[in-house]
Parts: sequence; structure tokens; C-alpha cells
Amino acid sequence: MRRRRLKGERLVTLLLLLPSVIAVGVFVYGFIGWTGYVSMSNWNQLLPDYTFVGLKNFFKLFAHPRFQIDLCNLAVFTALFLTGSLAIGFLLAVLLDRKVRGEGFFRTIYLYPMSLSFIVTGVVWRWLMNPGSPQMGSTGINLLLEKIGLGFLKSGWYTDPRVGIKAVAVAAIWQMSGYVMAMYLAGLRGIPEELREAARVDGASEWQVYRYVILPLLRPITLGAVIILGHISLKIYDLIVAMTGPGIGFSCDVPAYFMWETTFHANRFAQGAAIAIILLLMVSLLIVPYLIFSVRREAEV
Amino acid sequence: MWRRSYLVGLLAVVLLSWLGWGQAGHEYVVPATTTLKAIAQETLGDAAYAPAVMRATNAKSLADPTYLKIRTLDMEIPEGAKLWIPERAWAKAFMAFWDPNRPEDLFGGGKLVVGSWWTAGGEAEGLNALFEIYDEYYPDVQIVNATIAGGAGFVFRAVIKPRLIAGDPPDTFQLHAGLEVEGYSPETYLTPLDKLYEIEGWNKVLPKDLLDLLVYKGHYWGVPVNIHRANVLWYDKAIFDKYGITPPENWDEFFAICEKLKAEGVVPFVMGNAGGWEAAHLFETILISTLGAEGYKGLWTGETPWSSEGVTKALEIMKKILDYVNPDYAALSWDGAGEYLIAHKGAMMIMGDWTNGWFMAKGYEDYGWAPVPDTGGIFDALSDTFCLPKRAPNPINALGWLMVCGSKEGQIAFNTRKGSIPARTDLTAAEKAQFNPYLRSCMDDFARDAIVPSVIHGAAAIESWVTDFKDAVNLFLATKDVAGTQRALVEAAEAALKG
Amino acid sequence: MTVGRRRIPWQRALLYIVLVGFAAFYLMPVYVLVVTSLKSFAEVNLYRMWDLPHSFSLESFKKALIGGFGYTGLAHNFVNSFYVAIPATLASAFLGSLNGYVLSKWRFRGSNTLFTLLLFGMFIPYQSILIPLVQTLMKIGLYGTIPGLILAHTVYGIPITTLIFRNYYATVPKELVEAARIDGAGVLGVYTRIMLPVSMPGFAVVMIWQFTSIWNDFLFAVTIAQNPAVQPVTVALNNLAGSYIVEWNVQMAGSLMAALPTLLVYIFLGRYFMRGLLAGSLKG
Repeated sequence: MRRRRLKGERLVTLLLLLPSVIAVGVFVYGFIGWTGYVSMSNWNQLLPDYTFVGLKNFFKLFAHPRFQIDLCNLAVFTALFLTGSLAIGFLLAVLLDRKVRGEGFFRTIYLYPMSLSFIVTGVVWRWLMNPGSPQMGSTGINLLLEKIGLGFLKSGWYTDPRVGIKAVAVAAIWQMSGYVMAMYLAGLRGIPEELREAARVDGASEWQVYRYVILPLLRPITLGAVIILGHISLKIYDLIVAMTGPGIGFSCDVPAYFMWETTFHANRFAQGAAIAIILLLMVSLLIVPYLIFSVRREAEV
Repeated sequence: MWRRSYLVGLLAVVLLSWLGWGQAGHEYVVPATTTLKAIAQETLGDAAYAPAVMRATNAKSLADPTYLKIRTLDMEIPEGAKLWIPERAWAKAFMAFWDPNRPEDLFGGGKLVVGSWWTAGGEAEGLNALFEIYDEYYPDVQIVNATIAGGAGFVFRAVIKPRLIAGDPPDTFQLHAGLEVEGYSPETYLTPLDKLYEIEGWNKVLPKDLLDLLVYKGHYWGVPVNIHRANVLWYDKAIFDKYGITPPENWDEFFAICEKLKAEGVVPFVMGNAGGWEAAHLFETILISTLGAEGYKGLWTGETPWSSEGVTKALEIMKKILDYVNPDYAALSWDGAGEYLIAHKGAMMIMGDWTNGWFMAKGYEDYGWAPVPDTGGIFDALSDTFCLPKRAPNPINALGWLMVCGSKEGQIAFNTRKGSIPARTDLTAAEKAQFNPYLRSCMDDFARDAIVPSVIHGAAAIESWVTDFKDAVNLFLATKDVAGTQRALVEAAEAALKG
Repeated sequence: MTVGRRRIPWQRALLYIVLVGFAAFYLMPVYVLVVTSLKSFAEVNLYRMWDLPHSFSLESFKKALIGGFGYTGLAHNFVNSFYVAIPATLASAFLGSLNGYVLSKWRFRGSNTLFTLLLFGMFIPYQSILIPLVQTLMKIGLYGTIPGLILAHTVYGIPITTLIFRNYYATVPKELVEAARIDGAGVLGVYTRIMLPVSMPGFAVVMIWQFTSIWNDFLFAVTIAQNPAVQPVTVALNNLAGSYIVEWNVQMAGSLMAALPTLLVYIFLGRYFMRGLLAGSLKG
């Protein structure tokens, strides 16, 4: 039976949405439009210059050695950050789900890093991952490793161009894996015990229960986490500023940092806008298919 | 002897009370009802100075209500009214910069919003000293210290530039002397200060090399408060004495020292590059050493090709230095590297002379200084200036600020605290004595050495070129590819010079 | 309690070892923060960061709060942060709740597209829109003010709050809405009678999330809040570091204090966050 929507009701719903629509329309899409226009302009000094130059800025960017390194770094960072956070978050959730004594205590400890800003995290991890030197002595994690006899695990961390952004990924995982844990824990708790029991009765081992019953049911959470973490990862900036700066040979540089420098230091506003558009496109590639898929899936339900 | 100090004290009291706590000038009681123009004619010699008198009196009246509040320019001034007549130089400056379409500037008070990135330590003390002096002259103005931390204005620039574009700048802000001003499109966003230079006589007390640096597109845009030197080699005396080393005069000697110290387990040369600019700072000084003053200057004007041998040699030297440098330099800012010297674990460091102030703050006295090898007689200079944005909300207050910054009093107060030397060269021996030994020797060098502009600190090249230069050096740290880096530097120069 | 599964003691022990191990990993940075902030400036040393302070000194906390030479303390910046974070959190939560309600319970043609479009706003890199943001705020006269900062945070909070509420309200059965409508309730009536009463977990998640991101924001704060008198604590914290010289103990003390409100929120309200998640808010 199709419900009739009263005209008045339709109007009210639209009115309720209107403030947000206007706000987002201006502050998001209007600004994106502005950014897009600037990215195709010749604005390369403080005084705005809106002459249209097509896609020139984009071509130059992809040929720019620093930007190429940035994209590599971003790929490495995103991969590590996502897999690390998901794996650790899931592991912790599974462990905590086992009726642990002091669960609330552990949960709070795992979750609290999320309450910190990336800047605070960056400042602390900068110290922690400072390798020290043979003359002045080790410091940070290297010092800790030495103290507990694991000195051979020492590394140059972010001072070593081969490690670079991977060190930053560790700090990021530290900050966000608790959030993933919270999501998975909530998800696990939402899975009725009967389902697990049924599987076990059918002869499945614990591991098989996880693989064939639980993980598929947690897929929406995994996707949700990938989206949230993914977009944080693509936009990552504060953490780099506070922790490492661009690093030797740009081993810790990311597009958002490059965008900041090229816009406000080199006055290449058009180039900065182009980087922003590229970031947006990357995020869209990640997000939009998911959005369309999940929204459509809901409509079917 | 006590009689002399008594006399000096008396003189000071007389002088101060003549100056009055407040703007320099003198009070004037009107003998008979008259107009402002007549008063200006009478006291300053030109009726056109009437607005200046109005402003000075109104400002004074905010602190001292016995002064007349002048509401309009053609108001009748009653007999017995007390006015404040400013000094002629001030009145001249006021008339040169006052926009008649802004009658609100005739009333005094208001704010002075000062933008800078000087947030802590000696920098903040110096800035505060300037604020105190300003406050004495202009007690009617509320000073707002809109400072934002971040080395070399890292965050500050991202805040100031949108404001300039949107038309809401602070009243004045910090800017490096030299081509950095290009990044602010000064013809559109800043007010030229040529007239102020004339009135205050700055073109006579600032050295010619500095004046050349301050000119962009034919105008002066900023008032310099200080000079820092970039090409200084700092060394730990304890280590040098222990191994019988003297400061190296050229690179051969330098590397000989490095070899010797490396064998002894001491870090020969320390560096910190966490700020992203320190390594480029080092490279800049090496370029000066291989190309000489004129050759180096030519790099930035296009006269010296970046493909030349001097540049290759500089890259080779830098590459060699990297063999002797502390391994954790990416994690340390320049002061973190300085800790090596203080701990007597590292011997030498090349950094600007703000290092001197930092050493003193840390209580470290066992250090010596010398010019970077092969740069004796060359002074790699950088300078901080303050400018006047076109759409400053309180331009006259900003004008007063600029005058304080350029005054001898202001520069001495600022620089003794910050650890740099005044831009002015007209200090008496007694005044110079207020500075520490390093700074005194620095002033002497500044007066006689060949002055070249620093690139990494905004003097020699426009901001985009500085960024490209920095990026090329940063990549070089990882790749150590001399040819590739030189190519990148050539391209950066082409991009900057043609645009 | 599962029946028929033996609890193997060494497995339990291993479990706790792993949990404690991770706890150490998560607490390690806080240890450094706390220990460093309790040291005096002379004692702060990168190479002895794990050492406990020789003499506990609250000097750095005092300096961070009240100020030392050249910088004013963080005290009034805390107040500013509250002035910004609380209204912006409430406003964006409220708007998100309305949007989520309408988009989940009053679907119309194109409402899914609208939702997707709204959501996309979450993903823009904020550095790229600083200039138009400043210009727009100046045009409406809110630049440099706390209300301007509140506006910015509210607007950019709408996408995420809408997402959370929409997913949350999707779990509310349609029948309840139907029943209310038959009783004669209109759009707002259903909202106040049916939705709001059960919204607590959703609000918990949204408000905790928003309060945290707004409190920790640096970019908008430094760009919009020009006047030191209105700057939030993140900007003031950045200014504790000199451009050349950093007093690490003061910096760390300041960071700890600045992190305290959000930290306390997570410690004491964390369970509401969990409950909200359980109720389906952030399932994605």
C-alpha cells in the first residue's frame, strides 16, 4: 500500500533539510568549484590571476618529482595505516570479547589515543622515534629497546629515508586502532551467540567460525572503518607537520603538506588547488562507489 | 663622582618631562580664539599640518583630558585650549601617509595589530621591548600581539596571505627584507614607504647594500629592525683545544679537521634538518664560498649560470660534509644539533647568529666563531622588516610603529634582546657597548665586509624560487646526485627568472 | 557462557599478556608526556626521556597555564575552546539529527543522492578551501570572531553527523513511525515523539566525535581566529613553541592540559560511545 505524502509534510521535510543543503552547497560545493576553477588558472603569485590554462597545472604536477614521491608515500602510508589499524583493532576486539576481567579498563586505554589531536601525537612520536646517535646515545624507542635487551631492533625510523613515512604510519595506527577496536567490539557484540553456537554445533573450529560466520557479518563495519580511515589517510597533514616535516628526500612528505607549502610559501595557488582537486578525486574513487553501493543496497532492503 | 650621576639624572628628568610620556612634541596653550590651520602655521610653519596637530592633540587627550578634543578640522579653537604640537618630522610623515578620505584617523586611539612569528625567547623579549617603547609614545593605542609560531613563518604565511587577499590585513606584519616581498604582491597589497625613509633619514644611516636589498620595483616596502648573519661557523672550544685545532679558513683545512675528529669518535660537524631549511642554509653558505660574493649574487640575477663549476664544486663539498655529519640530523632542529656542541660531543656547526643568543640562554660559553670556510670578508645577511599593508585598519598607528622600529632607540632595545645587530649603522661606541662581544664583532664585520643576501631567509630570491631551491637540496640529501641536483637548480632558476 | 568449552589456563594467561602488552604500547607516549612535563627546563633531555624526574616540578604546568616571558598562558584559550566547541557540537549534532531523521524516515525521490552529496563534504581537504572560507566569512562579517569559527565547524560537521544519525535512525522500526502518523503526528511530531526519546546513544556518539574533532582542530582555529584574545587552545599551544627555541617541558605540559577535556570525555563517557556504536551508529 503506497502511503500518500501530504503536500504539507513534503514541504516541512524540505525545509528541515534546507539549512544544511544551503550550508553545504556554499561551503563545500561552492568552494570546491572555486578550487577547481583556480586549479585551471594561472594564479601563481599573491595577486589572483584567473586566466584559464586548462589542465596544464595537472600535467606539471604529475611530472614534478616531489609530487611523484608524495603519491608513493601516500600509497604506502594508506596501505600500512589501513591494514595495521584494521588488523590490530580486530585483534583487540576479538580478545576483549572473551569476557576479560577489566575489559572497561583495557578498552579505555586502547580508545583514549583517539581523543588526542594529531599534533600532540606527532610531537610525542617525534621524540619516541628519534633514533639518537652513537655519540649522544640512543633515545626514544631505540633507547627503550636497548634497555630491554632488544637493541638489534633499533632503526633510524623517520630519519632513515628507506623507512620514512612508515614510521609515521605507526604513530597513526597507534592513534586510530582503538577506534577500529571499538567498532569491531560493538559489531561482535551484536552478533547473536546462537549463530556462533550453530556453527560450532555443525562442527566448525573456532577459526572457521570466525572466517565463515563472523567476518562476513562484520563486513559493513570493515567497510565503514576503511572509509573513515581512508579519508583521514588521504588528507593526512597535521601529523606530518608535528612529527617529521617532509623528511630527507621527502621520505615523509604527503600531498597535503606539499599543497600547503606550494600555496602559502611558493605562492603557487593554482598548483595548490590542483593538488587539492587530485586529492578530492582520489577520495572520490574510494568513497563514491561505496556510497552508491551501500545506499542502493539499503533501498533494496 | 656622585655629583656627575646626579647631574645626569637631573638631565634625564628634565628631558623626559620635556618629552612628556607620550608622543614627542610640546604643549601649546592657545592665546586667542583661532583656527587649527593658523596654529599649524604658527607652530610648525605650514598650515597644511593642521590634521597632524588635530591627531596629536586628540591622541593626547585620550590619556590626559585637560587637552582639547578636536572634533573637526575647521572647528574654532577657543582661547586657553591646550593642544599638543607634534614634532615636525612626525607631522610630515603623518601628512605624507594620511588618507584624507579617512577622517577617523584624526582621532587617535584604536588598535595596533602586529603580525609576526616571534613567539618565545629572545625574539619575544625583543618584540616586547618595541611594544614598550611604542606604548610610551602612543599610550592611547591598544597593542595586539597577533603572533603565530612556526619557524620562518611556516604557519604565519598561510594565515596572512588569505587575509591580504580578502582585504583584512593586520596593521603591520613581519616580512624578510629582500625579494620575499614579491610574494606579497606589494604594489597591490602594501603601501610604499619611500617618503618615510626620506623624512626619517633612513637612507643615510642604513648601509647601501641593505638599501639595495630593500628596494623592489623601485620602492621601499618595509622598515628593517635587525640584521642577522648566516655564514657563521660555530665551534666547541673544548674540543678544539683538546685536539689542538684552529678554526679552518678553507675547505681543505675543514675536511682535515673532520678526518681527525672522526677518528677520535667526535662528531666533526653537526646539523639539524627537522625544520626543512637548515640543510639549505648550509648549502647557501657553501655556494658563497665557491663563487665569491659577486658570483653568488649573480646566481640570483641570472648573471652566474647555475650550471657553472662553482655550483658543482659546492655540491661536491656538501656531499662530502654529509660523510661527517651526525646521523640523526633529520630528527633534530638546528638547536637540537647545537646540543652536541654543548655536550662536547660535536665540534662544528654552521648556522646563523641567532645561535649566539641560544648558546647564551643555555648558559654555554665555551664556543668560538669564525666565518664559514672561504667566506672571510663576506657577510651573508638577512633582515626582518615590518611593512604597512594598504588596507590596514589603523594606518596611522602602524606608521608610528614603523617609526619606532626604525629609530635608534627601538633598534637598540630590540636587538640587545634578540641577539642580532641593528640595521642602522650610526650607533655610538657607548651604544655599541650594550651588545655582547659576538654582536660587537658582527657590527664591525657588517660595516666593512661585502654584504650578500641570504636566499633561504627571503632576501635573494622570490619565495617560489626559495622553495624550489630548498626542495632540490632536500632531495640531494637522500640521492647525493650532484648532476641531477644541479639540473634541478638550473631549472628552478629558469622558472623563476623568466616569470 | 558457552557450554562445553574448556578454559585452558595458559591460553587465558597468554590473552592477558597480549592485552597488557598492547596497553603498554598505548600508554608509552603518555608516560613520556607526563614525565617530561614534570621536569624542569634544565632537566629536560632528549637522551634521558625515559628517566623519572629527579625532582617533581609543576613549574611547566604553571608556565603553560599562566604564561612565561613572551607568551601568555593557555588559561583564557581554554575558555575560548569551550566557547567554540560546545555550541558547534550542539548545533552540528542537532542539524545532523534532523537530517538523518528526514533522510532515513521520509525518503523521497533523490533523497539518497542528496545524502551522498551531503556526505561528500566530509572528504574535502580543508587546506584547499582556506581562502574562499576567509573571504566568505569576511563578507558576512564573521571573520576573526568566535561565531565565525562556530559556523565553520558546524557546517563542516554536518556531513559526519548526518551520516551517523541516518545510520542510527535506520535501526528504528518503520512501524513506530507509521503508528505515530496514524495518530496524526506530522513530520516534527514524529521527530519529537518517537525519534528524540531514543536518540541518546546517537547523540552520545555524535557529540563525543564532534567535540573531539572541534576541540583538536588547528587549521580553522589559526586561520579564522586572528585575535589572540579569541584563539582556541590549539593555536596557543602551537605558540608555546618559539620559532627557534622550544621549552619542551612547557610544551608537553601544555599538550597534556589541552588534551585533558577530550581525554576525560573518552575516559568517562567512553561507555556511551560504545553503547552508541552498539546501537548501530557507525556501522557504515
